[in-house]
Amino acid sequence: MSQFLSSPIMHNIFAGLAQGVIYSLVALSLVIIWQSTHVLNFAQGAMAMFASYVGMTEIDRGLNYWLCLVLSIFVGLLFGGFTERVLIRPLYGKPEINAIVVTVGFLGVLEAVAQAVWTSTTRNIATPLSQIYFHNQGRLVLLSPFVIFQFALAIVIMLFVAGLFRFTDLGLQLRASALAPEVARLLGVRVNRMLTIGWMLSAAVGTVAATIVASGSFGLYPSDMDGILIAGFIAAVVGGLESPVGAVIGGLLIGLAEQFILSYWSADLAPLGGIILLVVVLMLRPQGLFTKSVSRRV
Amino acid sequence: MIRVEHLTVNYGAINALSDVSFEANPGRVTAVLGANGAGKSTLLRAISGLVAPKSGDIFLGERSILSMATENIARLGVAHVPEGRGVIHELTIEENLRLGAFASEVDVRAGLERQYELFPVLGDRRKKYCSTLSGGERQMLAMARALISDPKVLLLDEPSLGLAPQVTSELMNLILELCHANDLTVVLVEQNAKSALRISHDAVVLHLGTVVASGDADTIANDKNLRHYYLGLVQ
Repeated sequence: MSQFLSSPIMHNIFAGLAQGVIYSLVALSLVIIWQSTHVLNFAQGAMAMFASYVGMTEIDRGLNYWLCLVLSIFVGLLFGGFTERVLIRPLYGKPEINAIVVTVGFLGVLEAVAQAVWTSTTRNIATPLSQIYFHNQGRLVLLSPFVIFQFALAIVIMLFVAGLFRFTDLGLQLRASALAPEVARLLGVRVNRMLTIGWMLSAAVGTVAATIVASGSFGLYPSDMDGILIAGFIAAVVGGLESPVGAVIGGLLIGLAEQFILSYWSADLAPLGGIILLVVVLMLRPQGLFTKSVSRRV
Repeated sequence: MIRVEHLTVNYGAINALSDVSFEANPGRVTAVLGANGAGKSTLLRAISGLVAPKSGDIFLGERSILSMATENIARLGVAHVPEGRGVIHELTIEENLRLGAFASEVDVRAGLERQYELFPVLGDRRKKYCSTLSGGERQMLAMARALISDPKVLLLDEPSLGLAPQVTSELMNLILELCHANDLTVVLVEQNAKSALRISHDAVVLHLGTVVASGDADTIANDKNLRHYYLGLVQ
């Protein structure tokens, strides 16, 4: 058993999942926005980066790591709500390209501001949980207390989001607002409020991903989330854009694909993992792996 | 009670309603009749705040609801079943119904049970997606979803659309029954004048955005000119 956990295959699986979890969270945050407002937010990664930087600044001033995580999530919530209210709300009912242009522009602004305020150097947060990998009878296992925390956190957030959408009144109103805004309004649902809440939730989930990246050994720099956003976006599409579970599994698959390419082929080709997965899924199941394809009848 | 006064609605340069006035009262079905493009749906959409009128006023009881947000009008007890029924296909029957209950203070569970009793076909399939329902069943669901919030006013936009004559007839009887049982103010927009007039107490006939006749439903049903020119009914 100890030999198995330390085998090259398991090394790759653990490393792939650890990276995949980050993609999963970003994908999940994209799915939340898609499910509640039908907008693809290209600034998602940059917003998350920004919110985590705010939290990190407080860590530098001596605040406890966990409080900073909570602070970052809180900043993410506010930030998401603010973005929806100020930048996105005027775009509803306009062509989809408008939202794309605005969110891409917002991405550029956020990264530029972050570089101006915090410089473009990589920043790294010291975590209270050890990042040193376990050893099992002298053999290395690519798991550390922090990586396990990372997995647990992702699972909790995924269950929370899925449960929220599936089982709560708020989740039902969020889904209805996205699926049929006019009908939802006629039923007394405060659709505008739902859209804001959707963005808040999404930004908070994204912030958790960015904070995990900042806590990892490679740290976080202002444009770091760009590549992660692409992987997260592919994960969301692979999962079907509507399924929180699909987004998470999509993210894990991309993490694994990248890790195996890196390890058996070349590190330069690792980003191809996501693209290959995307092409395969789009060819075999274009609606995504986890979409219940409900055909619309009129 | 719904009272519309001198309502004018424009879509750009197109005049959808001009100077429309009418009143609908509790315990009575008021039919709004007219051909395609007469402005019937626009009238309901204006009452629900989905389109902004150019001039005129709309009262719910003594209160003007003009320029109020749609969701707030709904929360005052105006249930609007839109054309095409507005059933959300991607949600289950029960989720659709629960959605209807948010507009009011009613207990969701009790409300659901009440509607399942009224429409057993929905209760049997509560966990099923709405895409599995037939047209008539969807209309039932739309009605149940509107009624679950215990509204004062029920606005129905072409409920008979796409339904078989037998189903339409049952639906109309049900509308009348519900209207009497709950002292509902029902505004029934219909192209199918014959079915609507059979159960209506009052009627308004629209033609190209203006009221050409209004009053007692029986009188309108027996007016030869109206029948011929506006209602498409042959003797």
